[in-house]
Amino acid sequence: MIRNEDNWLLRVRDLTKIYGEPNENTLALTGPQFNSNQCPETDSIVACAGISFDLFPGEVLGIVGESGSGKSTVVRLLYFDMEKSAGEAMLRPYQDGQVNILDESNQKKRFIRNHLMGMVYQNPRDGLNFRFTSGGNIAEKLIMAGNLHVAQIRSRASRLLEKTEVPVQRMDDRPASFSGGMQQRVQISKAIANNPPLLFLDEVTTGLDVSVQARVLDLIRELQQDLGIAMIVVSHDLSVIRMLTDRTIVMKNGRIVESGLTDQILQDPQHAYSQLLVSSLL
Amino acid sequence: MGYVAVKGGTDAIHRAQALVEFYRLKDATAPLDIRQIQSQLRLAVDKVMGEGGLYAPEYAAIAVKQAEGEVFEAAFIMRAFRTTLERRFYSETIDTRDMFVKRKISASFREIPGGQILGPTRDYTQRILDTSKATETTEDVQKFLQAFSASIEEQKLQPVKTFGKVIDLLKAEGLLKKADEQEDRTLMDITREAIKFPAPRSARLQMLARAETGALMALGYSSMRGFGSVHPTVGELRYGSVAVHIKDPAGRVRYAGKIDVTEAEMISSVSVAKKNSIPQYTIGYGLCFGQNDSKAICMGILDSTMRHPDQTLPANDQEFVLYHSEGIESMGFTNHLKLPHYVTFQSGLKNIREAILRNGAREEEQKKKKMSESPVFISNNG
Amino acid sequence: MVENRKFVNKYNFAFIDEATKKEIRRKLLKAIAIPGYQVPYSSPEMPIARGWGTGGLHVTLAIIGPDDVFKIIDQGSDASVNACNLREFVQHMTQVKTTYDTGEATIIQTRHRITEEELKEGQIFVYQVPQPEPLRGVERYENRTRQMHGEADYAKMWVSLYESFVQHGDIMLGAGYPVMVDKRYIMAPSPIPKWDVPNLNQSKALHLFGAGREKRLYAVPPHTIVEPLEFEDVKFHPENFKGIPCYKTGYKKAFLDELYFDDGTQHYVVNDSNFLDKLLEKAAPVQHHNKYLNPSGS
Repeated sequence: MIRNEDNWLLRVRDLTKIYGEPNENTLALTGPQFNSNQCPETDSIVACAGISFDLFPGEVLGIVGESGSGKSTVVRLLYFDMEKSAGEAMLRPYQDGQVNILDESNQKKRFIRNHLMGMVYQNPRDGLNFRFTSGGNIAEKLIMAGNLHVAQIRSRASRLLEKTEVPVQRMDDRPASFSGGMQQRVQISKAIANNPPLLFLDEVTTGLDVSVQARVLDLIRELQQDLGIAMIVVSHDLSVIRMLTDRTIVMKNGRIVESGLTDQILQDPQHAYSQLLVSSLL
Repeated sequence: MGYVAVKGGTDAIHRAQALVEFYRLKDATAPLDIRQIQSQLRLAVDKVMGEGGLYAPEYAAIAVKQAEGEVFEAAFIMRAFRTTLERRFYSETIDTRDMFVKRKISASFREIPGGQILGPTRDYTQRILDTSKATETTEDVQKFLQAFSASIEEQKLQPVKTFGKVIDLLKAEGLLKKADEQEDRTLMDITREAIKFPAPRSARLQMLARAETGALMALGYSSMRGFGSVHPTVGELRYGSVAVHIKDPAGRVRYAGKIDVTEAEMISSVSVAKKNSIPQYTIGYGLCFGQNDSKAICMGILDSTMRHPDQTLPANDQEFVLYHSEGIESMGFTNHLKLPHYVTFQSGLKNIREAILRNGAREEEQKKKKMSESPVFISNNG
Repeated sequence: MVENRKFVNKYNFAFIDEATKKEIRRKLLKAIAIPGYQVPYSSPEMPIARGWGTGGLHVTLAIIGPDDVFKIIDQGSDASVNACNLREFVQHMTQVKTTYDTGEATIIQTRHRITEEELKEGQIFVYQVPQPEPLRGVERYENRTRQMHGEADYAKMWVSLYESFVQHGDIMLGAGYPVMVDKRYIMAPSPIPKWDVPNLNQSKALHLFGAGREKRLYAVPPHTIVEPLEFEDVKFHPENFKGIPCYKTGYKKAFLDELYFDDGTQHYVVNDSNFLDKLLEKAAPVQHHNKYLNPSGS
């Protein structure tokens, strides 16, 4: 993978999300140096501010931080689950990266989500429709991309389930009857159904048993190597970050405090908070 | 006997119509006088006007008689009648502070300006069946009216006046939450336009104003019992007459008549997630034709619940509350199940029969497969 | 008491006041201009209960003129009780000529069937619609279905068809099979049997749909593409009567009613009452033709 300035897949600049009614001092009075997301003057909450980074094709970027750091917010904004307060994001495969995808119409956003992105949530209920079968969930993605051939849809769905080690005979069962780990794997199948260039993973192993976690992480790593998808992995757990990512962003109180190669951050963290995180890594 | 073609449809319905009239008249009792219905069944007439959405007491009384006392049918007749009338004017805004008050109470304060006036209410009567009503004579009526008149002490009567509202007191003290700027304040006419969701407040209140009383009671009750989030206090409940004014073509405001209405202002507290914010009060508003405490109170409850952000509760869900409390529509659709549905049913039958055949064929195949794979048994019986 | 002379002695032509008729016609024009799109309208109350045909009546009464010839059927029959009630009402309010003859009618109002006899240019077919929203089964909120139509976001609908096939081996929809109109809007054709759905496609007549209780109007203009939703490999197919003949006429190509005689035996008869009458009179009515209708009658 060649990283040069122009080769980026996703470019994010100054992404910001504030709840409530900020004033002109809100940004200046919040952040890691104040150890707070909340503006003392207006009580508005700065979920994230000034987030900028580039992601390159096939690269895995980690975002790490404690709860309240804003890491999930960043990914939810990029996947259009929430509206931004400010900032832009450009995606190369969409209009050659010339357009801020966060400002596009609902219909265009749906096109981008269906064809160019995949998302796996911490809670399978957010990413799967429990009224449909697991095959039906994958079918939804394929149908949204224009595939209306049932046999082809089922064949692709069973291949995806195989790839994510879900027993194919459970394709016509509803996810409610699956274990947590299997539900996550169905979510992953759905997310990669249309071969998107970009995949978001938001705390996908948090809440699973340790052994199940390990299997899911292994699967993700294999898929990444197999398909060469670029990923953004959000986690509060540095060991997950260590296992999956090439580069990492460390967030605290809604801001980026450090970014760089994962290995470097783990060996030689610069910011006090990163040092704290790394030192608590078992 | 074979199949008889259904050719007698028109005859059948004419016979049914005649039967309906027969059931109404078969006991050959004296025909009810419309004035008796209007006067002695006043509250039925009020309910029919409220749910029919038309203030016309005489026509409502006729509808009650025509429908043999079935309030749903009578309200339906009123609504259909309304369609034949041309809309000539919209009235000027009515300020209920100008009401000629017949009843005025508040549960929020012990004493209110003008005092608590119970008015004509059954709230504090005992519901004991009064069989003397069966033998009432015109003499009894006259005697009662004379005694009642005599009991009024003329010199103690005060001049008729209007009364300020309890909520004005709250407003003056800064306790009332200011109207939300985000709220849609479009003035819609639901009889002229179909409602779409989310609906502006004017549409919600109009729909509640002519909704079926029982449906509103069920939903209001659910809200108070744990399926809801609002448990308000009666700030003020009023019943009385208000004047209706219209503007003539030359722009002059003219008096058109007066109507009786019941109005409820329900107070609930709401906290605002803002810095240094204090909890304030919001008002849930209800207004309906005639005297109908239950309806006005439940309107007020539901006006508040439908502005609540928690959408998982049925009473907070606009679409749920407004669609399903519309009495004429719900009566029509639930009863439409009586219409023939045999073609629709036939379609479904075919699907199910074919599915059963497919299932049967699949099981046969599986059985055959199993048998061809299983070992051969040699029976002792040859 | 003030007598409303108009009400007591004479109604406005077609019962509804002129301003409201005008509003309904304007909304119908909008519906025709956007085939398959649901247009909200005022839907005034009628002396007929909601759910019993007020929408169909609104359309008929808004467009009918003194020279029209009016036919009305319910589940295919002119003599069905509700059809008789509505026919009387329309006749009383307009004094128009009424007929049982499909060919003679200029306006045909229907509950849940299209006539077997072919519709011609200049005829208007008016449907009574209980649920105008084809997506209501997968999304209960009006506010979201409106958005789904606006964005042509129909994935949930397609997945429900897929799930039906996976569970039962076929798409288990019966009457009211959803269609795609002019390749843009998914539309509910009212609960007509699948048998009738292909006759909407490229029809010579104008099809108007009135949902009174839900307050929506929509339309399919003549010569419009109307396609039942189907997958490339799981296709739509109408009800199969397996070459069973009508016990009265021997006819095999029409939608049949299933009957049980007093002795418990099962028989089938042509459902469309006027079509049946014409067959019995040997009047050779011309049937709707579509690609699913096999000429050999099987």
